[in-house]
Amino acid sequence: MPTLQTFPFGAFVVGAAFLRGTPVFALGDGRVARVDGAAAETSVAHQGGLLAAAVSADGEQLLTSGDDGRVVASDAAGGLVELASRPKKWIDQLATGPNGAFAFAYGREAVVHLPDGKERVLQHERTVGGLAFAPKGLRLAVARYNGASLWWPATDAKPTDFEWKGSHLGVTFSPDGKFLVTSMQENALHGWRVADGGGHMRMSGYPGKVRSMSWSAKGRFLATSGAEMAVLWPFHFKDGPMGRQPLQVGNRPTSIVSFVACHPTEEVVAIGYKDGMILAGRYGDGGEAALRQAGEGGPISALVWDKAGVRLAFGTEEGVAGIVDLRG
Amino acid sequence: MAETQIPVTVLTGYLGAGKTTLLNRILSENHGKKYAVVVNEFGEIGIDNDLIVESDEEIYEMNNGCVCCTVRGDLIRVVEGLMKRPGGFDGILVETTGLANPAPVAQTFFMDEDVRAKSRLDAVVTVADAMNLLKRLDDSPEAEEQIAFADVVLLNKIDLVSAEQIAAVERRIREINPHATIHRTERSAIDLDKVLDRGAFDLDRILTLDPEFLEGEDDHDHDHECGPDCDHDHHHRHAHGHDHGHDHDHDHHHHPRHDESVFSISLRGGELDPGKFFPWIQEVTQVEGPNILRLKGILAMDRDPDRYVIQGVHMIIEGTHQRPWRDDEPRESRLVFIGRKLNEDAIRKSFEACLAKKN
Repeated sequence: MPTLQTFPFGAFVVGAAFLRGTPVFALGDGRVARVDGAAAETSVAHQGGLLAAAVSADGEQLLTSGDDGRVVASDAAGGLVELASRPKKWIDQLATGPNGAFAFAYGREAVVHLPDGKERVLQHERTVGGLAFAPKGLRLAVARYNGASLWWPATDAKPTDFEWKGSHLGVTFSPDGKFLVTSMQENALHGWRVADGGGHMRMSGYPGKVRSMSWSAKGRFLATSGAEMAVLWPFHFKDGPMGRQPLQVGNRPTSIVSFVACHPTEEVVAIGYKDGMILAGRYGDGGEAALRQAGEGGPISALVWDKAGVRLAFGTEEGVAGIVDLRG
Repeated sequence: MAETQIPVTVLTGYLGAGKTTLLNRILSENHGKKYAVVVNEFGEIGIDNDLIVESDEEIYEMNNGCVCCTVRGDLIRVVEGLMKRPGGFDGILVETTGLANPAPVAQTFFMDEDVRAKSRLDAVVTVADAMNLLKRLDDSPEAEEQIAFADVVLLNKIDLVSAEQIAAVERRIREINPHATIHRTERSAIDLDKVLDRGAFDLDRILTLDPEFLEGEDDHDHDHECGPDCDHDHHHRHAHGHDHGHDHDHDHHHHPRHDESVFSISLRGGELDPGKFFPWIQEVTQVEGPNILRLKGILAMDRDPDRYVIQGVHMIIEGTHQRPWRDDEPRESRLVFIGRKLNEDAIRKSFEACLAKKN
């Protein structure tokens, strides 16, 4: 039986990560919590609200941004370092890239910190939505109104613009770097071929907004929230998911999936629901195992596997965080 | 789990009308409440206990084929961010720029499911400058829209104009929006309970669509208003077109009207046939949606013991059974459209065709 350890932090869990195996949680009240055995220690990373969190590519730091206009890095030992500051700005978008690069955004400006410490400001005509670095090369995708812009921030080149009408909120590259997928205000996803900006993959049918996207091992599927089940779009075909039915895992007509996290090696997805339940579902045969029953804490707002895929950290909107250990 | 939705008050008004003064009054009053304030630009506001958020107005068209379904994309994000903060807020105040059309702000609170789950539009409060409003209304469609959308109008700077001018401005406001509550103010001074927690978009709190009743809340001397027995419709064509015993200065009413002017249509009838009414209101809002700024109705449906209340912004409408009709209430239907370029005769006739046949 899996074991479950919970922590009542009392603040919206914005993000979670395992740093050198230590579970760390980013909390909406500005704190970052670090689990040490049976206890959790918290430190104040932001004066005010903490709006976004992203783990560094090397897995050593959890970066957080807040409405205090700061980007802060926390490590497994409880150390805090300020990485960037924009006083009075709400930094609500944050992404990490290769070799210590990171990007953040407020309003219409996205800022990239390059591995050499240089900073580049990218101006946009409209408010910046989500940010994502490509898996290889220093390339940044910015979701925005009517499409996405792809920048090579280490150069002065103008962005490549991928257009699609509507407001694009979140963005992700497939692990092989061939596809770019955005989530939209209109309860749908849109996908492009990165090579030429074509392909136009429309993935719709969600009753709610897609807030969480997670690529499966080797990028075969893109798992998504926003429906009564986890919806997994197949990307292992040459032309992506077009004309194909997505897999549906963990169908629960009484709730809506609020967060998904694919297992790092197995064809298994952890599915968090609005009622607080967490299931693990296998893609192949649809087999399910309950990891947490519905209950206290409201919708699942964060889910992350450790490197080995034996522990799952989770958090909820109303401030419960915890760790499921599959080894029992 | 039963979280209460945070009330959102939208403050509109033309540049210099006194919006910032009102905002500062709300924030500095010793009410012990905590507000989040969304402004376009950090100005001369800022009270320690409250949170000021700067946000660029970002109008998004919803990608659903409806050109009038616009939302404030930035507001969706700000509300989302506020929800992550602990402790919560007693209210959110959204100040719009002077040139803003209030529709996208209002529609944000209907169109976005997440925003809707966590907050509710409480009221649109428009601050108007008594000295300049008439001029603004003639040269600015946004100024008209701000009045048309208002649940509460603060007619401000009344110390700078004569009683006649105030009366003329109020008449003009009434032509555009017969149901807003008008408060006369100096330097935006007002009791906060007249501005906050109005529940103006709460279907359960729609009490009446009688302009006279709304006026009754005011303790001002409305010498230009119709008396409580006055039974005519206050629509634009003959707002004060006949004599009911007051001393009107009629020259003031007939202001030059152009084709794009905002006006209201007040419909009144007996019981409606729901089989006819619902398809009709769907069609009207589909066809006329871009021209309809707001609509509100209290309706008596044939063989239905409950009051049916309805409201809308452009093409978005929502309705609900509110409560049983009381014995002392006449079972009648009232529906008010505020908009521009509306075909009044056609709307009136087709509404009348929805009345239940009584044998």
